[in-house]
Amino acid sequence: MSAKTIEIAKGIPLRKLGLTVLLLLSALILPLPASAEYALNLPVPATAVAQDIYDLHNLILWICLGIFVAVFVPMFVALIWHRKSAGHQAAKFHDNLKLEIVWTIIPVLILIGMAWPATTLVLSMKDTSKSDLTIKVTGHQWKWEYEYLGEDIRFISNSSTSKDQIAGAEPKGANYLLEVDRPMVVPAGQKVRLITTASDVIHAWWIPEFGVKQDAIPGFIRDTWFKADKPGTYRGQCAELCGVNHGFMPIVVEVVPPEQFAAWKNEQKAKAAATAAIAGKTLSLAELNKMGEKVYTDYCAACHQPTGKGIPGAFPGLDGSKMVKEDKAGHIDMVLNGKANTAMAAFGKQLSDLDLAAVVTYERNAWNNKTGDVVQAADIAARRR
Amino acid sequence: MNTANLNSAADHHGHADDHHHAPAGIMRWLTSTNHKDIGTLYLWFSLFMFFFAGALAMVIRAELFQPGLQLVQPDFFNQLSTMHGLIMIFGAIMPALVGFANWMVPLMVGAPDMAFPRLNNWSFWLLPAAGILLIASFFVPGGAIAGGWTMYPPLFIQGGISHDMTILSVHILGISSIMGAINIIVTILNLRAPGMTLMKMPLFVWTWLITAFLLVAVMPVLATAITMLLTDRHFGTHFFDAAGGGDAVMFQHIFWFFGHPEVYIMILPAFGIVSTIIPAFARKPLFGYVSMVYAVASIAFLSFIVWAHHMFTTGMPAAGQLLFMYTTMLIAIPTGVKVFNWVATLWRGSITFETPMLFSLAFVCLFTIGGFSGMVLALVPVDIQLQDTYYVVAHFHYVLFSGSAMSIMGGVYYWLPKWTGHMYDEKLGKIHFWLTAIAFNITFFPMHFLGLAGMPRRIPDYSLQFADFNMIASLGGFLLGLSQLLFLYVVVKCVRGGAPAGNQPWEGADTLEWTLASPPPYHSFVTPPVVK
Repeated sequence: MSAKTIEIAKGIPLRKLGLTVLLLLSALILPLPASAEYALNLPVPATAVAQDIYDLHNLILWICLGIFVAVFVPMFVALIWHRKSAGHQAAKFHDNLKLEIVWTIIPVLILIGMAWPATTLVLSMKDTSKSDLTIKVTGHQWKWEYEYLGEDIRFISNSSTSKDQIAGAEPKGANYLLEVDRPMVVPAGQKVRLITTASDVIHAWWIPEFGVKQDAIPGFIRDTWFKADKPGTYRGQCAELCGVNHGFMPIVVEVVPPEQFAAWKNEQKAKAAATAAIAGKTLSLAELNKMGEKVYTDYCAACHQPTGKGIPGAFPGLDGSKMVKEDKAGHIDMVLNGKANTAMAAFGKQLSDLDLAAVVTYERNAWNNKTGDVVQAADIAARRR
Repeated sequence: MNTANLNSAADHHGHADDHHHAPAGIMRWLTSTNHKDIGTLYLWFSLFMFFFAGALAMVIRAELFQPGLQLVQPDFFNQLSTMHGLIMIFGAIMPALVGFANWMVPLMVGAPDMAFPRLNNWSFWLLPAAGILLIASFFVPGGAIAGGWTMYPPLFIQGGISHDMTILSVHILGISSIMGAINIIVTILNLRAPGMTLMKMPLFVWTWLITAFLLVAVMPVLATAITMLLTDRHFGTHFFDAAGGGDAVMFQHIFWFFGHPEVYIMILPAFGIVSTIIPAFARKPLFGYVSMVYAVASIAFLSFIVWAHHMFTTGMPAAGQLLFMYTTMLIAIPTGVKVFNWVATLWRGSITFETPMLFSLAFVCLFTIGGFSGMVLALVPVDIQLQDTYYVVAHFHYVLFSGSAMSIMGGVYYWLPKWTGHMYDEKLGKIHFWLTAIAFNITFFPMHFLGLAGMPRRIPDYSLQFADFNMIASLGGFLLGLSQLLFLYVVVKCVRGGAPAGNQPWEGADTLEWTLASPPPYHSFVTPPVVK
């Protein structure tokens, strides 16, 4: 008996490994609610679907823990007691058909038990019928566009985390990399159907609390849905590698009471009318430059850089570029239509004539370009095909 | 074979084999058609690439040590993560396993060499060309490819010259793999020693036979996909460009039809290595040999009908999601059978814990954890939460690092005495094992939590809630990287000298290679052994 105890003590290094693994696994399994720090499980669900996913995940983890114990307890028993140094002689057996059949059939039964709840959940996640509101989500490098179908509301949602925070020049805010200038706003308690697509490369729209992740693919329309009951702000990120600024493409959804949603819609429509009113006017160089700088920062600086120098080999510089300094029509066409097979998008689809006029004007006058050219919204409209 | 040959064969033991007519120095390695030389070349090439791609991972972990951008810009970060994956898969893991096949398949089946020795030379010497193209692509304008090792269009179409270099490189690697695989198939089917029926082959040989068929089946599919990328980039086709009527999702279907079998290409030979080592140190025959063979074959078959589980978030119909969920779950059955058989092999054995055994035991535990996270990911609803998060990164490192890479290390320790004739330093080997196993878990276990909490993969910077686990993972990563220098040291030390290994240093080993001297004669089994 005492010899055996000594052998167990000798077995500790190996057992330690097993124990560590077990401890880590059980830490994974504890269904702790997600706190801001040290979240160990899926975030606290905000929709029924997310709740079902959360429960399904916990169920699977318990099953896995059960299997882990059932398999590795015998293994560690063998490692401790059936050691050569404990004087154990090797048995000769090497086959047992009954055993093979048993440990084939038991997993089949476990798998059926897992597949059943998963199947019903898949079917409900796919059911986008009877929605109260449809929003078209378009992924662009590297921002989201939301269009409320039938409502005449359309806007672009950009990351609002400052470059200084990313570079470490100023302290990082609480929602670092998870904040936008204009969030998607939806009414609480209503079924929102999203249809997704993209203008350039594949993106993926994802809010973990909703249990929704849907790729946005150029040339395809896909759909998904969510129904969030509790008003609040929910944050996510683009989930499909989409180029340089993939990590800086956040998604924010504000869930608000239905009355507040109605008020928000009216506000958006009023804003759109105000923008349309100045679009037809002829603006001065200074006005266009000021607007253009903002558009440049939001849409162009990621590749062409705030300095206009670009990144050699990857993104051409605009400062001193021949096209920008001389070829006005070519410059407008490039911004409107983009360049095939490169990251240069066709911004004609994303921006208004006024915004395009402003940014072209800005580029032709910023840095050392100083051409003095003024491009008006009407000039852009004239070159649209 | 004529009498003269047989006579010279009889002379071939001890040092008589020095009389072969191979050139010396560098020309020996450039022109060698000897399976042992070529196996050695594969293994050194793979070790070099392992350190190169590992160094890329060190920079990734350093950048992710804390939130914010400190060391590298996003564009270079994307290059690092893309090339780390591409090089580890095609440059490190696959060549290492082919190196094992070259060295061990002829020895284990009692063949004098591979079936096509010149082809074998060519298969290897294509690799450095492909490797140079990949490494050089970092230095061309625009840098290396940065859209992920999966090369998804349309993002891939946007890239610069390095993307064409990568396509060329992967083509070369593919040709090399196909030729290597054909060589292995023909060797196994035609050059087995008299009496060695298929069901008497060591399991490692079985796993490689099935893997080689997988390679021949899917490498051309990859070649097709990347050729379509190439023509989309330069010759005006629109296979994947929606503007021309193309379909970006089709690329993913073609790619993963290659990609999923590819996953098993990297794990099945590892199963073979572990199934060789565990019986040797348990001093007991492998439990359930026949069911092990069928399990490997079933896994290989299933690998062709599960590919779209990599694409659950692309938005396929419910019927598609369910079909691929069910087929994926089925893989758990043969995989489970293998794990149960390994445990049953240990049961009532007479177990010792040399370094190869430690790696194999860790493989069984950690690979199983990777299998569990694979089960979790198989379920469509849960996968939709976890797709493209760090959970997936944790999952595939559990199957690829603690699965493939650690079993390769175990295999190296197991056969080093045979290859070199010297025992490796057992104490240092064990230290290397414990450092690797512990650092691996510190690095990758927290990534499960990160993924569950919602951290996307392939991002150079992250929000503050992910800071703690990223710091832990980075510290673990640095330790894991440093520990591998010890591996290099132990291997080099063993090559240069050490206690004589004798024919059979492992008491429980019973395959044919242990009947030969250590190191084996340059030309072994010139007279085939007879297997009862």
